[in-house]
Amino acid sequence: MTKLLTRKAERIDELAESGGTSLAKDAMRRMLHSPVAIIGAVITILFVVLAIISPFIAPKDPYVRYDELRANLTPSHIPGPMPGFLLGSDQNGMDFFSRLLVGSQQTLLVGVGATIIGASVGMVIGGVAGAFGGATDTVLMRLTDILLALPSLLLAISIAALFAHGTQWTVIIAVSVVSVPIFARLLRGSMLAQRSSDHVLAATALGVKRRTIVFRHMLPNSLGPVIVQATLTLATAILEAAALSFLGLGDSDPDRAEWGLMLAKAQGLLDVKPELAFYPAIAIIIVALGFTLLGESLREALDPKNRR
Amino acid sequence: MLRFTLRRLLQAIPTLLVLSILVFAWLRLLPGGPAGALLGDKATPDNVASMNRIMGLDQPIFVQYFKFLGRVVTGDFGNSLASGDTVISEIGRRFPATIELAVCALVLAIAFGIPIGYLAARYRGTLLDNAAVLTTLVGVAVPVFFLGVLLKYVFAQKLGILPPSGRQDVTIDATHVTGFFVLDGLLTGELDASWDAIKHLILPSIALASIPFAVIVRITRASVLDVQQEDFVRTAESKGLTTPVIRRRHVLRNALLPVSTTIGLQTGLLLAGAVLTEKVFNWQGLGSLLAEGIERRDFPRLQGLLLLAAAVYVLVNLLVDISYAIIDPRVRVR
Repeated sequence: MTKLLTRKAERIDELAESGGTSLAKDAMRRMLHSPVAIIGAVITILFVVLAIISPFIAPKDPYVRYDELRANLTPSHIPGPMPGFLLGSDQNGMDFFSRLLVGSQQTLLVGVGATIIGASVGMVIGGVAGAFGGATDTVLMRLTDILLALPSLLLAISIAALFAHGTQWTVIIAVSVVSVPIFARLLRGSMLAQRSSDHVLAATALGVKRRTIVFRHMLPNSLGPVIVQATLTLATAILEAAALSFLGLGDSDPDRAEWGLMLAKAQGLLDVKPELAFYPAIAIIIVALGFTLLGESLREALDPKNRR
Repeated sequence: MLRFTLRRLLQAIPTLLVLSILVFAWLRLLPGGPAGALLGDKATPDNVASMNRIMGLDQPIFVQYFKFLGRVVTGDFGNSLASGDTVISEIGRRFPATIELAVCALVLAIAFGIPIGYLAARYRGTLLDNAAVLTTLVGVAVPVFFLGVLLKYVFAQKLGILPPSGRQDVTIDATHVTGFFVLDGLLTGELDASWDAIKHLILPSIALASIPFAVIVRITRASVLDVQQEDFVRTAESKGLTTPVIRRRHVLRNALLPVSTTIGLQTGLLLAGAVLTEKVFNWQGLGSLLAEGIERRDFPRLQGLLLLAAAVYVLVNLLVDISYAIIDPRVRVR
């Protein structure tokens, strides 16, 4: 009991000294105390670091067909680990281990590319709707609602199907369009909520220009949910990209070292060498889980209801 | 209530109209237009021009759209390039298979999702709760098609206890009345055919149910935790109601409101999930029809299926809103 009291007292002292904490600082503190957030952050950081350094640490060229591997390659046999090739060959006689490593980079590119494009376009639409309100808002939101009226995978499919010969950009664009309405609705919602809030009213009363109010006061205060959504979108983007590859709508370059594509191409080889499907799948699951954990704990940490 | 229903019905019409415009425009966004896509890469400009004339693509765009709309309203989506059959009859043939699969997946997701979510909330912080939360997180992180392939590999190829693909064993000569194979067997008294169809259903339903299951567990858990803290629960406790009564009458009933919305929305998403699951298990439904359509670039078929999927999704959303208004009268006023 005494211990509890002192701890409480300490906390109050702390608060008094700091003169209150900002939501961001508070959220940061709570993130550092949550094991879930730390696991998510560690996975995310490891993945990003791996994606950046993988071309330099990959022992072999991931796009070269090696004669040593091809010599033993038959439809019913894919060479396993051998000297110089840690995980052996893939179905085309390329070094599986190097492809797995470099695959992180392509996968990150697809996830980040789709999220950045989707978030930027969505935020412009949502920001304009939230800043102007009225008829602009109604028209823009009606349009985004139409995009939301299709299941996301079908929307991505219908966009990817328009391109006769897919590249990785086909996938990135198709997946990004899906997230546009979500970001638009989100930013618009939190900006609308602020239009009538005290600090915006005060700024308006002081005669601050609308542009300044929007960019200096409303936008920074609306970013929390957008950042959370962006983290979660990274996970779904990678999964959706894998699904598009599986349907044959992804990259038309079959050799590209990207986890989703590698997984899709190895579906039929479970009997011959299951690792070819399992390892990229496990990599995707871990990364998607990492982003989801990070996003969920960010959401919880940024929720003012959880402030103590 | 009637006014609310009518209002929501009227609101769905502009959405469907704009969707029809989008799908109409979609086909015209194709490189070379619909005629170019139909004729392929080797077509000369002359070929394309005459094809345009035949297909009525040389007419003003508005005329084209209204003709298209007129056909769509009467159920005419044109002919499939791959089979030459009308798209609507293709859809009709494949429809029962997808419904059978979707219903089965949904039943699985609800039957396991709600109890697990409820128990996780009730025993919050225990091993059970943590396991449930972890399952839902992993459940949405696993690519659906990989889960399907994995199930097929383990249970069909390695253990050999369940069939790997299709809807019914080819050696079974079953009479098909409705197109719902399980039901057909029951109706005609061919119980072995029914049983075989059920065995074929198990693996694809589990794969398709994975995401709705995870979402239902999550929402149920969160919603029960929310409701447990409500004032009316405290009131019920203080007036001396027994815990089982409070749980059943006050907590569970109120907690299921958001769950019912989620179930509705997940139902709308099942068709999208079915595209992947049906391809893995070679399930002859709408999803694999779409997947084949993509492979063969069969645009009339894709157009019909997209319109249908969008219409179903809008309709399901509408039903969710209406059922919500029935469960929670406050919604009607808004």
